[in-house]
Formats: sequence, structure tokens, C-alpha cells
Amino acid sequence: MRAPLSWIKEYAALPEGVTGRDLAEKLIGIGLEVETVDEISISGPLLVGRVLEIEELTEFKKPIRYCQVDLGGTVNGIICGATNFVVGDLVPVALPGAVLPGGFEISARKTYGHISDGMICSGRELGINDEYDGILVLTEGEVGQDAGPVLGLDDAVLDIAVTPDRGYCLSIRGIAREAALAYDVAFTDPASLVPEMPSDGPVREVDLQYGADRFTTRVLTDVDPDAPSPAYMVRRLNQCGMRPVSLAVDITNYVMLELGQPLHAFDGTKLTGPIQVRRPRDGEELETLDHVDRVLDAADVVIADDSGAVALAGVMGGLTTEIDEASRSVVLEAAHFQPALVAATSRRHKLSSEASRRFERGIDSDVALAASNRAAQLFAALASATVGGLVDVDRREPIMSIEMAMDMPSRIVGVDIPEETVRAILANIGCSVEGETVTPPTWRPDLIAAIDLVEEVARVVGYEKIPSRGPAMGTGLGLSDSDRLRRQLRRRPAELGLIEVLSYPFVGEGELDQLGLPADDPRRVAVRLANPLSDEQPLMRTSLLPGLLAGARRNVGRGAESVHIYEYGQVFRDVETVDAPVAPAGSRPADDVLDEMLSGLPRQPEHLGFVLCGDWSQAGWWGVGRPVDWSDAVRLAALVARAAGVEVEVAQDAHSPWHPGRCARLSVAGQVIGHAGELHPDVVAAFGLPVRSCAGEMDLSILLDAASPVASAPRVSTFPVAKEDVALVVDEGLAADAVREALRSGGGSLLESVRLFDVYSGPQVPEGKKSLAFSLRMRADDRTLTDEDIAAVRESALAAAGELGATLRG
Amino acid sequence: MSAPNKNFDPVMPAALDPANLQANVDAALAAIAGAEDLATLKQVRLDHTSDRSPLALANREIGALPPSAKADAGKAVGAARGRVNQALKAREAELKEAERERILTAERVDVTMVNDREPVGARHPIHSISEHIADAFVSIGYGVVEGPELESEWFNFDALNINRDHPARTMQDTFFVGSADSGAVLRTHTSPLQIRTLLDQAPPVYVVCPGRVYRTDELDATHTPVFHQVEGLAVDKGLSMVDLKSTLDWFAATMFGEGIVTRLRPSYFPFTEPSAEVDLECFACRGESVGNPDRPCRTCSSEGWIEWGGCGMVNPRVLQSCGIDPDEYTGFAFGMGIERTLMFRHGITDMRDLVEGDVRFTTAFGMDS
Repeated sequence: MRAPLSWIKEYAALPEGVTGRDLAEKLIGIGLEVETVDEISISGPLLVGRVLEIEELTEFKKPIRYCQVDLGGTVNGIICGATNFVVGDLVPVALPGAVLPGGFEISARKTYGHISDGMICSGRELGINDEYDGILVLTEGEVGQDAGPVLGLDDAVLDIAVTPDRGYCLSIRGIAREAALAYDVAFTDPASLVPEMPSDGPVREVDLQYGADRFTTRVLTDVDPDAPSPAYMVRRLNQCGMRPVSLAVDITNYVMLELGQPLHAFDGTKLTGPIQVRRPRDGEELETLDHVDRVLDAADVVIADDSGAVALAGVMGGLTTEIDEASRSVVLEAAHFQPALVAATSRRHKLSSEASRRFERGIDSDVALAASNRAAQLFAALASATVGGLVDVDRREPIMSIEMAMDMPSRIVGVDIPEETVRAILANIGCSVEGETVTPPTWRPDLIAAIDLVEEVARVVGYEKIPSRGPAMGTGLGLSDSDRLRRQLRRRPAELGLIEVLSYPFVGEGELDQLGLPADDPRRVAVRLANPLSDEQPLMRTSLLPGLLAGARRNVGRGAESVHIYEYGQVFRDVETVDAPVAPAGSRPADDVLDEMLSGLPRQPEHLGFVLCGDWSQAGWWGVGRPVDWSDAVRLAALVARAAGVEVEVAQDAHSPWHPGRCARLSVAGQVIGHAGELHPDVVAAFGLPVRSCAGEMDLSILLDAASPVASAPRVSTFPVAKEDVALVVDEGLAADAVREALRSGGGSLLESVRLFDVYSGPQVPEGKKSLAFSLRMRADDRTLTDEDIAAVRESALAAAGELGATLRG
Repeated sequence: MSAPNKNFDPVMPAALDPANLQANVDAALAAIAGAEDLATLKQVRLDHTSDRSPLALANREIGALPPSAKADAGKAVGAARGRVNQALKAREAELKEAERERILTAERVDVTMVNDREPVGARHPIHSISEHIADAFVSIGYGVVEGPELESEWFNFDALNINRDHPARTMQDTFFVGSADSGAVLRTHTSPLQIRTLLDQAPPVYVVCPGRVYRTDELDATHTPVFHQVEGLAVDKGLSMVDLKSTLDWFAATMFGEGIVTRLRPSYFPFTEPSAEVDLECFACRGESVGNPDRPCRTCSSEGWIEWGGCGMVNPRVLQSCGIDPDEYTGFAFGMGIERTLMFRHGITDMRDLVEGDVRFTTAFGMDS
């Protein structure tokens, strides 16, 4: 809502000299969001001039005029490119030395063959409005006088973002009320200044069925269709950002700005029969003023006559009954529609108007009559209309009163606010207070509970009165074990040399195809957004890899030779169609209702993924670099898991998007937590990454469940270690880790560790076999091992390996 | 070797002649001094101390001397051998020291050569600052709560007193999942975590909730459809706006320096009442740029305050929806944008840098921010 300071001052007795910025600061202090204050910044001479002569210069591509303009003491020759004025018109003239908005300096200069001694200004050049195809012809003013006051340039306009609870501030009346409250000065209600207008004469009957609790019609006849809008009205509409149209439309808009009541003017001759306020009929249609044919919904509210719907109530009028340049008869509607119905209609038809914005937020339920009278007064005065009959259907319920303990504001704000102050503030905002019963005014439908009244008291007292002491201390015990483990897991890849990135969780089927996922892969079961940002990516991610691979590609595209990135975050799994019931609010839903709401949501585990491209260690003065390989990916995954105290089990797998022979399945206690290894060459190519790029992805949620935050301490033996190396020949397909595990379990408690240190396949071993070399370390807790001990451990370890077909290499 | 002296005639063999001994010692010492490296010294040692060296041979002659002469002769030969051995030892030490010096000098490297062989990791600043904020609140007894990003509408809207007709519940602002009446949305704020916490824990509740949220904005320099907030919630007996203001001031000082305070401006949020916008005193100029054109401040555009977030007392209707009696308990809540906080804390001018995942951006923040 744009509000001129001069208009506000008409109703709020602000102190002398208050500027737009002063007022803005005060209004912010009591809770209005003043976004900007427009003070038109023109310096230097800007006078009212009268056009004495116009010489049309025709030798140029566009029309150019050389004008003689009387400025009181002098007559100046001025070049002008606009043609919307005639000899005798009053115009604003900026003289040399003037500086217009935007720092545009005016000087005398030669142009189009003449000296132009100043400039005749358009609304845009003066910063008044956006009109620039013609100059601003004045309707008032004396030749030679300062044009500033005539144009309202001494004024300031406050642009206020009105929050949904303050619908009444979508009017000068409401803002002036707040201004008076902020300065604690007298407020004159403009509605109280409106005279009672005649209400006899012809009427337009009303059949109110639905959607409003008040509906009035007023008949105006003998309207002079040629009467112009007065200058003050045009100026104010411009200041408020509304375009002046015609007197009838301007009057309805002006009264809406002044009092906050949207009005609609029908051409009375185009209406047939009484007005009905009702639900649309099946399939009923309406062409609204914006020339859109609309099929009406059963829940819309329409204004109708015998011909059918003529307006979408509270939102926009219809084309068939529009006021035109010949309209002499007007039926004026002032009503109070149900906010929720208007909001729903506006949303349904994607049509937001000045009227709907006001009705949605809730207007004063008691201002319809005053607004009707005010408009009638203006029609009579400005268009010499005859004011006819009034129909007023009033079915309003009384305003609900609120019980509030007078010490509640002190309790909630934490500052002692005396009871008299509380009562005075409530009275000032328009409430009537009797004992502890508070009845809000008709313009505050947002005040429905005691806490709403507390807020009113708090904002008028002023938030700056609230002191500060130490913070409110909680009762927690610090980060929980799972908090700390989660952080360890999230942080670990960075400690290991990876760079964390964040990507948007939106994916498209194309990316899932690029990963080579089979048709029945669970990662293809994705939630679809109703209104995605891009039709290419309508799905929520089921894996972190698409985002990471795109991130790797972007970094490679920006010149990175090697990329090691990781990301953690939620993925959205196992649900394609969400259907969650929505319980009523206001009390705690029953447990089964809560369960039902939550079980409709997809599973949202936290995943951690990474992509490695290029070299792991780079070449340099120390020698050659080392490319990343599948084992880096597996190791990274294992080290991350170890940060939660969990050892992952690694097994061979073939799983997209990995290389079918170089993919490790990672499990914990038999439960698969993810995969790591080298990416499939097709995937590497599809994402344009360096060959042999690697990746991993794991479910941190499972890891966290399996985590053991409190490790049990090992016994550290101080007895000497015995070392034995064994080389075993096994089938090529046998997993090295299975052999290691057999040795370890076969060796028993004296076998401290088993480590694979070499792998060989070639002419030295039979076809289809490979040789695995392990080093065994043996040690006892309580003695030095004897040769017999060592031989026994070795033999039992080898025996266990032997069961897998392993033989000692000759 | 001479024959045994059977007649006990004190004949001094030539090898034990003092002048001869001296000559042998002098020769040995000269050879030792002349040895320029350990290999030469080793040969000198062989020549002058081995079994066939003149001094060793002299020593053997002692056995043939009459008992009266043995002592003197033994002393003389022992002294001579001692001088030679000592000189050998000293020279060896000298040469070893010189050798070590030579090796160390030869091994000198240029330590300004950079070893960037292994990759160096970094945390994304969005996450490290979220942990930083959480840590601050944990230090005053708050818990940390996270929750799902795809949220039931009841948690995201209804329970927060955002009714069906609220403009926020349109596709202009909110990502809907499936169809517009599926009952689920991508959460538009971290406030549903208030509801989840209050349904889950009985008061007193003190939690801080960092998380990712969604609005249907196109990405540009100052907007992103996917961003992060941190929510604070306290519900206890007797909490007032003084507690809210005090906690926010403490939070501001924790993040931006001692003495930095907040300012509350009345505002409207459906889930808090009274509600306020939170402004942060400009930590860069501390208000000194206001009305002072000579000292403009880029951080606050010379306004002295920076818009930081929203806050208020938990609306009793919200408490009721969670089964908490608003006559017994009151609470406060606040929410700040993490991106915004990072942008003005670290002078980030383009939101896109935060979301594009360029490793050069993240690397600049190291492991913490």
C-alpha cells in the first residue's frame, strides 16, 4: 500500500515538521513494514508555465515543437517532443539549473536548431508516475508559481508491505490510525466525516444467498459521463500507484484507498432485474474485466442479475455491465464478503486484484455504508449525479469479545505494564474494554484471542523497552552420542581430503537413465513434484550420485584436472505417490492420526556420496602422480564407517552405476549400506568425466543405527611379536578377504593380525589360480610364544584356509 | 726375534731403544695427521698398530728382557702405543665429523618447494556454520534436532497456525509433492521441527534445529529455491519476550562479537504472537556509518542494522496443536537464514557461489567457518 504523507496528515494530527522518513521510522516501530519512502528529489526552479505559441518543426523524423512559454516574468523558448498539449495549457517547466530525479540536470542548450531554455516535463521525468508519452498538463496553478505544491512534489509517499493480519492498513484510514497511535496524537476517522446521503428514490433489490454478511446497493442517476476527475484525485491515485481511468472508476478507487472498502460500479442500464449474491450454476461462465472467460467453480461467489453472473464477488467485475464513457446510471455495490471465499476464488482463478487483496485480509465489516455514502457524495459533487435509493442487507453477527487477564501482557512481554496502560492502549486501538472483557473494533477481525491483544499492547509499548539479560538456559546434556557420531561421519571425508559440495535434490529421468539404472531399480521409485522449477527435473533424488556427478562435471568443465568431492543429505525413497491426510489443527491429533500422516511420507534416510576423478596424489617435483582407483573408493567408505566405530564388510557386486567387475557392496551386520568402486565407463562418458572415475554412496542412517559410540578398550600385550609370511594358491575367483578371514578365524586368539601384502597371477601359478601372500603377526597376552605355539597357530590358520581350497605355494 | 737372554746380561735390543721408539711414534703420528679420509686412516691404523707394526714388534722384545728391565721397557712401549692410539681415535672422530658435515651439506634441499601431492579437504560453509551455531546453543543446554525435508502439510502449515487460505500455501511459494492435495510439501521453513519436537518431548524444551528448506524462487544472486535455516525453540514455564530478546542478543554476540546486539521490530507470523523481525547491529561499522557519508559501510548499506530473521512468542494455538497447555507453558522461537548469515558474515555477494558446488569456493573455507 502506497500512502502519501499529506493524505495521512488529514486524519492524524501529526506534529509540525514530521517528514516521510520520520513517520516511516515510527510506523516501523509499531509494526508496519515500511519498505521505501519516496521523496521526490527535485532541486532548482520548476515553475508553472502557460503555453503561448506552438511552432511545429516538420523537418525532423519525429514531431518536434518549439514553444513559447509564459513563466510570469519571462517568456522562454523551449523545444518539446510531446504533442499532447495545446496553446493555453498550463505545464510544468524545469528551468536551467534544475536537477530532476536521477540527477538529470537542466541547462539551456541548442537543439533542433533553437536554443531550448528549459524543459516541459512529463510525469515520469518528475518521478510522479510512469507516464512518458506525453507531458503533464496541469489542471490548476498560477503562471510563474512554484510547481512543486501543485504536483504534490513537497509530499512523500510511504510504501508499506501490509502483513496478512493488518488488512485495515490497506487504506489511508488505517495507516493514519496507526500514525496517530505511533505519535500518540488525535485521529479523525474519515468515515465519520462522511455525510448521510439521501437514500430514497429508485433502488436495486438484493437477494443475498451466499458469501457475504453485508451487501448494499446504491443507485446513482444522471451521472455526467464527461465530468473529469479532479486534480487532487488524479494526483493521489498516481501517488498510490493506481492509474486514473474515468471519474466513475476513479471515485471507487479513491474511496477504496481512503476507507479500505472495495466498491464496484455497475452500469445500471446494463443490469437486468434484482441483484443476486449466490453460488454459480453448473458450468456458469463469466468474462471478467480483464477479458478472460472464466468457468466458475461451485465454491465461487458471484454477483448475478437476471442474465446470469455479472461479477466475481470481491475479485473482479464482469465485462457485460462495465461502466463506459456513456454510462449515466450507476449501481454501486459495497459489501462484506467472507475472506476465505474470496481468497479461494482468487487463488483458483489466479486472479489477484486490489479488491481481493483487501477482502482476503479482512476489511472493516462496518464501513460499507460510509463508503457508499462517500462515493455517492463524490458522484453528486463531481458528476452532478442524483443520489437514489439504498438497499442494505445486513446479516452480520456481533463481534466476539475476548477475555484477557490484565496482567497477561506483563507476563508475556516480561516488562511491567500497568493495568491502566493496558486499558488505555486497547481503547486507543479501538477496543471497548469492560472489566477483563475486551471487544475488538469492527476493523480488526484478526483479534480473536487474548494473545492477539497482548501483541497489540506490546507493540504500542514498544519492543525497544524489552531489556536484555543472560540467555534462557536450557536443560540439555550437550550433544548426544548420535549427534556426535553423525557429525563425525559428515566430517570424515573432508578430513580425508575430499571437498564438500551441496547440490539441489531435483533430478530427472534422464539422469537416472544416464546412471544406467535398470527399470526395476528402487532408485527409480521417486517422488514427483507438482510444480517443479524445471520440467527436466521433476523428481526428488533417490541417490546423491546424479548431483555429485553433475558437480564433478561442472568442476572439470571449469578447469579442475582432479576432483574429489562429497555430499551428504536426505534422499527420498520408496514412495511415488504421497497421500498424507491433514488433521485439523488446534489440538494434539490422536496417535493413530499422527502415524497416518507420517507414514504417508517417503523414507528419507541420510546418504553420503563421493566422486573421485583424475589423480588421487598428483605429479610434481617428487615424481609421478597416482590415479584414483576403485580401492580408494572402497577405502574411503570403510574409513567413513570407522568414524562411527563400524567395520564395513566388503563383497563383490555388480550394481549400477558402477563397473560390473569393480564394484564393492558394503554391508554392516549383513545389511547393505551402499556401494563403492570404479564407475561404469558408459556413466563416466555420459557425464564427461576423466576415465576410471570412481564413486561411492552409503546410507548413514543405517550406519548410525549400527554405530557403537563407546569402544571397549583392547588389551595391549607387551610380549614379543612373532611374524610369519605365507603364500597361498587359490582359485582366481575366490575373494582375498574370504581367505584373510579364514586365516584370521583359523589362527585363533594368538593371531594378532593378518594382512594381504601381495597378489600374483601368471606363469608361476597354475592357470585359473592366483597367489595371495599374507603376513601373520602372532602374540600372546601372557607369555612369549614358543616355536611350537607359532607352528600351531600357523597350521590351524592354514587348515582353515585349506577348506577354501587354498594350498601353500611351493 | 732375539734369542732369550740367558746370561741376564742387560743388553737393550734396538727395537726398544728410546730413540727408535720415538721415531716410530713420530712416524705414526705424522701418518695419522696426514690421513685425509677414513679409508686412509684405516690403512694408517694397520701400518702402525697391527701385529707387524714396529711398535708391536717392540712390545714383543720386552719378554726377553731381564725382570729388572721389563717394567721400564713396558712403560715406554705402552706410552708410545697409547699416544698413537689416542691420535688415531682423535683423528677418526675429526674425520667422521667432517664426513657428516659433508653429507648434511650435500643433502640440503629447497624447503620452499610446495608439497601439494595429497588432496586437502574442506567443509561446505553452510554446514560448518550450522554446526557452529548448534554448538553455541548446545553450550547453553539446547538440544539439536533435525527432520525430514519432505514434510506433511499438517506439520509445515496447519499445526503452525497457517490456515488453508494463507497465501503461503500456494504454488507460488511452496513446492507441492505429487498433487496439490497430497498432504505433503517440501518444507518451506524449519518451523515444522517445532511441532515434531513438541509432540515428542514434554516441556521444558530447548532445541536448535538447522536444516534445508525450499521455496519456489528462481536462482539468482540473492535467491535460491533451496536454502537453509536455523530454528530455535524454547518452551518452559514463565518464558517471556525478555528471554527471547536476551537469547537473541547472546546469539548475536556469539556469532558476531561481544557487544553486538539485536533490535526487534513488530511483525506478523502465524505461528508466533507477539512476532518480530530481528535486526542485527552491524558488526562491521557498529552503526558508525549512519549519517556519516565519509565512512560508508557495505555490510549494512550504512543503515547500522542488518535484517537477520524472524522471532516471537510461540502462538498458544501452536502449543495447543501439540497438546501443551498454553496457560501453563509459554515459549519463544526464532529463525534465521543460514545463507544470509554467511553472506554478510563472509562478504559473499552472489548466492550462486553457495549452491554451484565449485570446489574453489568451498576450499576457501577450510574445515570451519
